Amino acid sequence: MTRTLFALIKRDLNLAWRQGGGALLGTVFFAVAVVLFPLGVGPEPNTLARIAAGVLWVAALLAAVVSLDRLFEADHDDGSLDGLALLPLPFSLVVAAKCLAHWLASLLPVVIISPFLGLMMRLEGDALGALVLALLLGTPGLSFIGAIGAALAVGLRRAGALLSLLVLPLYIPALIFGVAAVEAARMGLDPAPHLMLLFGATLFAVVIGTAAATAALKFDLE
Amino acid sequence: MHRFANPARFQRLASIILPWSDVLTAGLLVSGLYFALFASPADYQQGETVRIMYIHVPAAWMAMFTYSVMAAASAASLIWKHPLADVAARAAAPIGAGFTAIALITGMLWGEPMWGTWWVWDARLTSVLILFFLYLGYMALVNAIENPAAAARAGAILALVGFVNIPIIKFSVDWWNTLHQPASVIKMGGPSIAPSMLLPLVLMALGFHFYFVSVLLRRMRSELDLARVRALEDAIALNSEEAAA
Amino acid sequence: MSSFFAMGGYAFYVWSSYGAALLILGGIAIFSMARARQASRRLEELKRAAPHRRRREEAADGA
Repeated sequence: MTRTLFALIKRDLNLAWRQGGGALLGTVFFAVAVVLFPLGVGPEPNTLARIAAGVLWVAALLAAVVSLDRLFEADHDDGSLDGLALLPLPFSLVVAAKCLAHWLASLLPVVIISPFLGLMMRLEGDALGALVLALLLGTPGLSFIGAIGAALAVGLRRAGALLSLLVLPLYIPALIFGVAAVEAARMGLDPAPHLMLLFGATLFAVVIGTAAATAALKFDLE
Repeated sequence: MHRFANPARFQRLASIILPWSDVLTAGLLVSGLYFALFASPADYQQGETVRIMYIHVPAAWMAMFTYSVMAAASAASLIWKHPLADVAARAAAPIGAGFTAIALITGMLWGEPMWGTWWVWDARLTSVLILFFLYLGYMALVNAIENPAAAARAGAILALVGFVNIPIIKFSVDWWNTLHQPASVIKMGGPSIAPSMLLPLVLMALGFHFYFVSVLLRRMRSELDLARVRALEDAIALNSEEAAA
Repeated sequence: MSSFFAMGGYAFYVWSSYGAALLILGGIAIFSMARARQASRRLEELKRAAPHRRRREEAADGA
């Protein structure tokens, strides 16, 4: 069973990489969105450091949303979702594996480049470490919550705008706890309580996201 | 429960309930308005603006209540495949969005004289704003899907996901608020409310509930009628195709 | 009477609140009633247009 799941994740990663670097598009989007802010608000270091956590987190949420439409769409269009449903393992595990692959392909690169953008936004020391840790703990939840929207909107024309309306309100807890962790570190306080809440929200997202996305896709397959 | 699943039985039940709920809505709202605007004192702190509360607080209650009704109906639709439950959830959404919009608008109109600003990122207002987006997302999703069964299923899942997330969103917004807000905001309502203010509040809240029942039943009726219209139109189209062949 | 409408100087805020509530709730109620009437009228039309289906439909309703 584990081998099938690994094979499934590998397949999704391969697909994500092969589609003309489609997976990295969200990451590039993240970088460009962040870079727009110094150009918009001015390069004053204190201002940048003050808004850095919020800007990076909001950009990460948007990067997650723009990459979501690929989560189930391709498999739905070419009918391979039916094949996946016939695998000898619970369909919810298939969905969870796809969410994990989405995180690995689309959001882990965001986490990896975040320290560079954090430095450009004048975050330093502990705050920078807290930012990377918060994104690492929080972004998996974005894939799983996002899967709900992606599963509900699968097969719809112009799903993109609808997806953002469905998913972004549900991302608010991750945004709040994630930014609070960075801000705490920036003030010299302990970010751990915020990080724990953030991770709690992620675990909740894994459960609820898998269950709801599975239910939504199952109907689509019937 | 399935006893009421039959559309004809529902239509009969609705015609019995509707006259009563209409009369109760009108009576409660008229008497509620009388007490809210004439027969209640101005607040010693907030002056006449306290009268906004008699709209604002019941509307905010209804915003939550309607979402709970939608979530309950969605659960019934997913678990028991109850066809009227779909219709109820779908029909309730615009009413809930309306109450949420009223709560937001009156909140702004109350905030300006009381806090000196139209918008305060106070935990309650922010939560209500997010609730408004949840309603809009639900309505957008249900309207975007053409197949009625698929729309019902997707809407039910989204409503339930929203419902289980509401406590977490509320908690996170409260958390955020304590980090950012110096506790200077006047407490709305408060636990020790004078009986002269409680009466209009309760009357308006009850009036809003019966308004909800009246409008919900009418909306459910038209949803059911439209479903049959679609079925008949399909049948007629099919017949004419057969005749042409 | 005019002091009633003045609302202690807060006329704009108080009356806008009540006005907004009236507008939104009234709008939803009127729109819903109009839609219900339109739907039932269309249904009657179709039933008359397809009388052979009528009996079966009603039998199904009574079941």
